Amino acid sequence: MSERSVRTIKGGTGDWDVVIGMEVHAQVISRSKLFSGASTEFGAEPNSQVSFIDAGMPGMLPVINKFCVEQAVRTGLGLKAKINLRSIFDRKNYFFPDLPAGYQISQYKDPIVGEGEVFIDLASGESIPVGIERLHLEQDAGKSLHDQHPESSYIDLNRAGTALMEIVSKPHMRSSEEAAAFLRKLRAIVRYLGTCDGNMDEGSMRADVNVSVCRAGQYDKFRADGDFKHLGTRCEIKNVNSMRFVQMAVEYEARRQIEIIEGGGSIKQETRRYDSKLNETRSMRSKEDAHDYRYFPDPDLLPLVLEQGWVDEIKQSLPELPDDKKARFVAMGLSPYDASVLVAEREIADYFEAMLADGAEAKAGANWLSNEYFGRLNKAGLSLAHGPVSAKANSAIVQMISANTISGKLAKDLMDIVWSEGGDPRAIVETRGMKQVTDTSAIEKVVDAVIAANPDKVEEVKAKPKLAAWFVGQVMKQSGGKANPQAVNAILKVRLNLPDEG
Amino acid sequence: MTNPTDFTLAEARDAVRAKKISSVELTNAFVGAVEAARPLNAFVTETPERALEMAAVSDARIAKGEGGALEGLPLAIKDLFCTKGVRTTAGSNILSNFVPQYESTVTQNLWDAGAVMLGKTNMDEFAMGSSNESSHFGPVFNPHRSRGSNANLVPGGSSGGSAAAVSANVCLAATGTDTGGSIRQPAAVTGIVGLKPTYGRCSRYGIVAFASSLDQAGPMTKTVRDAAMLLRAMASVDPKDSTSVDVVVPDYEASLESGVKGLRVGIPKEYRIDGMSPEIEALWTKGIEWLRAQGAEIVDVSLPHTKYALPTYYIVAPAEASSNLARYDGVRFGHRAKDIGDITGLYEKSRAEGFGKEVQRRILVGTYVLSSGYYDAYYIRAQKLRTLVAQDFGEAYKKCDVLLTPATPGPAFAVGAKSDDPVAMYLNDVFTVTVNLAGLPAISVPSGLTADGLPLGLQIIGKAFDEATVLRAGRALEVAANFNAKPAQWWRAA
Repeated sequence: MSERSVRTIKGGTGDWDVVIGMEVHAQVISRSKLFSGASTEFGAEPNSQVSFIDAGMPGMLPVINKFCVEQAVRTGLGLKAKINLRSIFDRKNYFFPDLPAGYQISQYKDPIVGEGEVFIDLASGESIPVGIERLHLEQDAGKSLHDQHPESSYIDLNRAGTALMEIVSKPHMRSSEEAAAFLRKLRAIVRYLGTCDGNMDEGSMRADVNVSVCRAGQYDKFRADGDFKHLGTRCEIKNVNSMRFVQMAVEYEARRQIEIIEGGGSIKQETRRYDSKLNETRSMRSKEDAHDYRYFPDPDLLPLVLEQGWVDEIKQSLPELPDDKKARFVAMGLSPYDASVLVAEREIADYFEAMLADGAEAKAGANWLSNEYFGRLNKAGLSLAHGPVSAKANSAIVQMISANTISGKLAKDLMDIVWSEGGDPRAIVETRGMKQVTDTSAIEKVVDAVIAANPDKVEEVKAKPKLAAWFVGQVMKQSGGKANPQAVNAILKVRLNLPDEG
Repeated sequence: MTNPTDFTLAEARDAVRAKKISSVELTNAFVGAVEAARPLNAFVTETPERALEMAAVSDARIAKGEGGALEGLPLAIKDLFCTKGVRTTAGSNILSNFVPQYESTVTQNLWDAGAVMLGKTNMDEFAMGSSNESSHFGPVFNPHRSRGSNANLVPGGSSGGSAAAVSANVCLAATGTDTGGSIRQPAAVTGIVGLKPTYGRCSRYGIVAFASSLDQAGPMTKTVRDAAMLLRAMASVDPKDSTSVDVVVPDYEASLESGVKGLRVGIPKEYRIDGMSPEIEALWTKGIEWLRAQGAEIVDVSLPHTKYALPTYYIVAPAEASSNLARYDGVRFGHRAKDIGDITGLYEKSRAEGFGKEVQRRILVGTYVLSSGYYDAYYIRAQKLRTLVAQDFGEAYKKCDVLLTPATPGPAFAVGAKSDDPVAMYLNDVFTVTVNLAGLPAISVPSGLTADGLPLGLQIIGKAFDEATVLRAGRALEVAANFNAKPAQWWRAA
């Protein structure tokens, strides 16, 4: 385990540890629902994707969708978790209008996936492990629509019965940053695996965040003996639907709890809601009002029994996952931070790898993407997939920089052209004469001309060597930006008789 | 020619195949009988037009030399089976307006075999009851009455309407479902044959669920042969029911007359319960002698956990029911209360108005035993006992092939006699629930009459998926008992 920076919060009476655990609901990518053949496509007409089973009609029986099981196993393997070859579907009983059968089929005591581990990447470049408690399969509920009619609520059952994976972490996160990093990593993993699209806007991934605080040092005791008594009482913040909100909700909630305890109060175990407009959490229901879900094994379904051979086959077919990819990138010379940025999204990693395959050098390619191309995409509000420049074109630019064919400045100009007009960067450099001038005699001519034309500046630079930059600028200007900046610097240094460091 | 409504299912099949009678003629006779028997209240919904349409289609098929195993034969369907386009109530107010848009697998199998539907039979609400008195559509009356009495007796339950309809010759045969005895107990007290197949033999798809781990559909017929015929048509493995089992469905009729020579028949001593009526005890002894006389080997066996079966059943079944019946909430289908206020009001009022007293009682019991703090004490212990009850049978079957027991502790009782005493009512199932807990097949065969002339049944319990032997032993009982008491058709005069 790598060391991590201490992340305590200063209170009025001392330092506090923040402890965070998460339950993430991830909608399984599958054409049909967990127990029925109805379609799962997003955005269809209300109640157009509802089978008799989904509607809880009398006499209807659930039949497990094997592909959803495969997706859960794949995810479990991606979380380096134990796959339980025998798991049980239970009924979680409660009345709600968008829960047609009056119970949700879920897995309670015997989930399909047991303990695992995820490494999360922090801005400091640290990578720390967060334990996975379990992953289980369950049905999603429908949606209640309260804005369609002045007195009545409408129900849309399209989502009812869709397969969800509930992924439960151990309380191993210690700051809002770590909580967001966990969610980000989880999202990356399921997207790499193709088991969940991770689309938080559409609700296909949502997090319940458990937050508690305890006196600094208590958390280490908990990690030493696993006894929850060392930790504070937790509150669960339901259904947080963005990384940023997770971070803000944790910040707020930790402060709130510390204030209460320091004010002599105590924390009530309860479920809270995060209001992103007011940036605060509010109580939804306390433990006393919690439902008694009366879980019991669903008698309509047999225990789910998997063959080890089938699990092994799925394991064979797993793609390279973010951590492995990151390690490979680091071995190519990238910094851990740059590597983690590139692997955070599968499409970015794929794009980067396409550049490498085309001949770009890894470090130069990574720098170019993060310093130049991603910035432009951000500014334009475009995703990588919708960006105008292909991996091949970016690779060509990077290779020309590495070969000193173009300067960094010219590369930016070239990018302007490729960005707005498209085209092959190499051809553009040829036809528009953008090749860098490395011929020293040509540069010397320009330098001499600039020195000759500005005797006053030559005097000034003797006293203030920093003014050399002005000369560099002039030379670059007169050479149309094509002069190799290193060569210009070297020649100026000799001609102006400048000291070594200036 | 005999009155066509007196036909057994097998006789009718042979007559229709031999073109001695057309399906339309046969169906017309039954449509008339259904109408004449309305005082029995055996049907919730009669479907005469549909029956005659189906009969005409059958006749066309027969004319072409086609036709399935039940081609043109009119049946009654318990109102727990969802029938596409035909109201399906489960005997409940909450489903009194419910018309399914799908067909249960069992009934689909019957229609595929050419059967004709006369209507949907009355039943205890959601199959919860042993007297058919909990139906929202009123009680069903037993076609049999005590000698010299005009008092109405119950037909047993929950498949009381199906039992009465078969007993009164209002249909050739009927479907039932059995969760704790709901086929065998009414069959016994109305003088007909009732078979509960092995759990998983018939698909539960499209059958309104009571207790999913116990519910099983089966035939209710005039003879053991008819039960063999009807079961074969009903049974199938079904991809739509994960608990249905892929086991070959044999031609039960083929082995029906093979006799019981050498068959080891176990007599479980625990079924000799305290206060058992001497008539039942005498009948049981007679049954033992009948089978022995035909060459069976009688073996004493023990099923030590029998006494826990009834309490176990009354934890498991209500627990599952409390969850299965949660979907009746007034939101999407079925009865919806008016003036509800908010969503909680909608639930509370719709369910209070929609469910009868017995159903409400079982939902409450089931909710209680699944509640946090009680779950381990009740539900988990009941599951353990269920395993022990099933193990008892496994042990017994090391020494025998089938078991012979009484089907019920007594004959039909008067309407109203036990309606205020749920425990007395539950005791009707004391000989039948063990079989559901263990998932085994069992048949009730009419075997004798009380001194008052009321039918009594004996039960043969078999090994899982060995319905063939159950039917063969049942047939041996039937031959020896030579039961032929037919009710006086008092309802025609009524």
